[in-house]
Amino acid sequence: MIAYADFKIESLAYFSKKMPNHVRWVLQQIKSRIERLNALFRPVMHYNCSAHHEGTNMTEEASNISSDTAAYPWSKNEMFLFRAALAFAMRDYTNGEEFGVSDIHPCDETKRVSFWFVVTRPNTTDLVDKGTVEMAIKKSRNRINGAFLLTDQTLEFDGIYPTLAAPVSPDTPPWLIVFGVVMGAVSVGIIALLAYPLVQRKLKKNKDADDEDSDEETGVKTAEIGANDGIYNSTFSDDERFTQM
Amino acid sequence: MKLKLPNPGLDDRIPSHEDLERMETEEAGDRPKWDNKAQYLLTCVGFCVGLGNVWRFPYLCQSHGGGAFMIPFLILLVLEGIPLLHLEFAIGQRLRKGSVGVWRAINPYLTGVGIASLLVSFLVGMYYNTIMAWIMWYLFNSFQDPLPWSQCPLNANSTGLVAECARSTTVDYFWYRETLNTSAAIDDAGGLQWWMVLALFAAWTLLYVCCIRGIETSGKAVYITSTLPYLVLTIFLIRGLTLKGSTQGIKYLFTPDVDELMNPQTWLDAGAQVFYSFSLAFGGLISFSSYNSVHNNCEQDAVLISIINGCTSVYSATVIYSIIGFRATQKFDECQGDNILHLINAFDYPENSITIDNYDQVLTNLNQTNPDIIQGLPLKTCDMQNLLSQGVEGTGLAFIVFTEAIIKMPVSPLWAVLFFIMLFCLGLSTMFGNIEGVVVPLQDLRILPQTWPKEVFTGLTCLISFALGLIFTLRSGNYWLALFDNFAGSIPLLVIGFCEMFSVIYIYGIDRFNKDIEFMVGHKPNIFWQATWRVISPLIMIFILIFYFVTQVTKDLTYLVWDEEAANFPVLEARPYPSWIYVIIFILAGIPSLAIPIFALFKFFQRKCCKDKSYKDHPVDTISAKIEMNGKAKF
Repeated sequence: MIAYADFKIESLAYFSKKMPNHVRWVLQQIKSRIERLNALFRPVMHYNCSAHHEGTNMTEEASNISSDTAAYPWSKNEMFLFRAALAFAMRDYTNGEEFGVSDIHPCDETKRVSFWFVVTRPNTTDLVDKGTVEMAIKKSRNRINGAFLLTDQTLEFDGIYPTLAAPVSPDTPPWLIVFGVVMGAVSVGIIALLAYPLVQRKLKKNKDADDEDSDEETGVKTAEIGANDGIYNSTFSDDERFTQM
Repeated sequence: MKLKLPNPGLDDRIPSHEDLERMETEEAGDRPKWDNKAQYLLTCVGFCVGLGNVWRFPYLCQSHGGGAFMIPFLILLVLEGIPLLHLEFAIGQRLRKGSVGVWRAINPYLTGVGIASLLVSFLVGMYYNTIMAWIMWYLFNSFQDPLPWSQCPLNANSTGLVAECARSTTVDYFWYRETLNTSAAIDDAGGLQWWMVLALFAAWTLLYVCCIRGIETSGKAVYITSTLPYLVLTIFLIRGLTLKGSTQGIKYLFTPDVDELMNPQTWLDAGAQVFYSFSLAFGGLISFSSYNSVHNNCEQDAVLISIINGCTSVYSATVIYSIIGFRATQKFDECQGDNILHLINAFDYPENSITIDNYDQVLTNLNQTNPDIIQGLPLKTCDMQNLLSQGVEGTGLAFIVFTEAIIKMPVSPLWAVLFFIMLFCLGLSTMFGNIEGVVVPLQDLRILPQTWPKEVFTGLTCLISFALGLIFTLRSGNYWLALFDNFAGSIPLLVIGFCEMFSVIYIYGIDRFNKDIEFMVGHKPNIFWQATWRVISPLIMIFILIFYFVTQVTKDLTYLVWDEEAANFPVLEARPYPSWIYVIIFILAGIPSLAIPIFALFKFFQRKCCKDKSYKDHPVDTISAKIEMNGKAKF
């Protein structure tokens, strides 16, 4: 479902020459002119577009601007594609009214790939009102963008604002996941480091209990271990073990 | 100048050269030791090279005349930084104690210097680790595409972007609102921000696990934390140089403006930067060097580490400014592109008829032919110089300017992760030194029972710092941090540094010190060291201290707030501090500095009133006292 949003996209992809050119089409203020048009025109298929809008006559006057070839290759075929895409959009919105390519009338194309257009009902010269055309375009905006491999930023309908995609918010914020991983690792580290000397001490105690030879360096030497290593002074020893009474 | 203050009983308090030789060969077990020289050097380099090298030095360089700033920086590095560093290394290696132990050994009245170091290390560690928490928060948030600071959230009824974000930028919004949730004034405390508390907890526990047994554990960690930043800086340099506009940034950084050398502020800033960048007076370097073997060549180490520190500053400045240049070029192109679009739309020119190169020309033409139309268009002036000089120091650099540059690069999450890992490693290795500067004096002071294992001391330090550091997780936390940064980490350090130098040269005695170095290293320190230790460095320190003090006291104390209702939003507004802040400032800056005289007085009175108990100071020297009964008996 496309939600409406009145937010104007400001910057356009200027700095990359590879991006398709900015293409701007201006939607005519049809609703206010319906009466005038009905008065002006008989039911003919041919329209004189310059009567449709009161824009100022802005022609290219500066002579030192070069290049009349647009970066986006605009041609009659592209225009045909546009009309077809818009006819599709109208058909899709009105559920079956058989709009054709001939029902879309562009006019006042400028060098800048920017033009006005009007939409008529199929097989008649009745103009479709602006509101309906706007809703149709909003519904099929992605398809129209896709037909030209452009985006909301590079293909602008004046007055129709693109909808804002809500930022994707996952259920668990990703930062909590990373935080959990780091805290887990840190906890394991702390426990390991704190337990290590205790474990070492326990192992050493077991080792001590097993062999008593480690007492060799300390304490007084007993007869079994090594007291006989030295020279035995027999001056004060008796031949008999027990003292004579 | 052979001034030497009387210092009775010095020989009884310090190990003699023979004792040192004996300790060297016997390897008395209870003092930790470095596994190898590389570990020691990496730890010291890590302590010295910190966030300041990345986000303070480039700004100073650029704002004080670019390439010309190198001159005062290098001069003061040689005259101030290296001598002080050598002094700290030598005294630590000679007396083989942490900061409190060293100063107490030189003279018990000087214990206050060690205590001041302890307090400063504690206060600085508190707020420095909060910056680490911020870095970790950004790091945790970098593991997603698109990065959360590249988009504005939608407002309540999904009709548009949140107003605060739309008026400023996505990166500003993410920093001030989603990270800090900052309030509009320092009085407005707000509540604890739970995500910030979690991040702070993560920072302290990670620090704890690395420092849990002092250099036994942190010595292993520095192999990564000290080397990884260089790797990442190189990667960023290569990446940066391939981006458009990077050379502009580097040019802007290094373009010399020799007039700045006449400005005394330049020299003051250079001196302060050298002093703080070397992490002197924290006590950590004295501790680290005390674990060395006695005949370690501390002179060589001091010179080596100073050179590495200086080169790292210049290198990281180059990298930072290549990325800044890229960002400025991008913003300039966008701004100019908007203007060109307005023109093309207004006059219906074909695409690419106006480019950045001929924009000015076309504009002047059109202004002459159709001035009324031009007036009606919302054209902005795009100023490259302004973009290059935007807010590029401190947290603003890392969390606003650089993050903005990152989202414009392809594969942004990778660069974000790399950048924040680098900042994290830089900060963590500095925190190792800070913790060392707190834990070892705490053990030496014997306030807590000696039998408690080191893990408990480290744990207590981390726990108390975390608890007190919760103030920085309030909504006004950012303002508190700026306060701490300005006052706790500035004047006290200068005072301690000067006292250290004075104590070693004039109370310990330069002659004795020379002999010690000759004993340890093999040759007497040459005339350069004599001149700098005795005269040049202390004078420089006094100058910097006085000027710093004067500038701090005379200027109006204001702080920058992020206030949506301010007139110039999103530019930060300067607001004066409330009056009770002066008490806090006095606590932060005054108490560590005043600890030195206060403790001297305390010791003096203690001596005076307890004169009859003075026999405790002179233990009887007997043979039986020398026998050790712990399994290594010598019968």
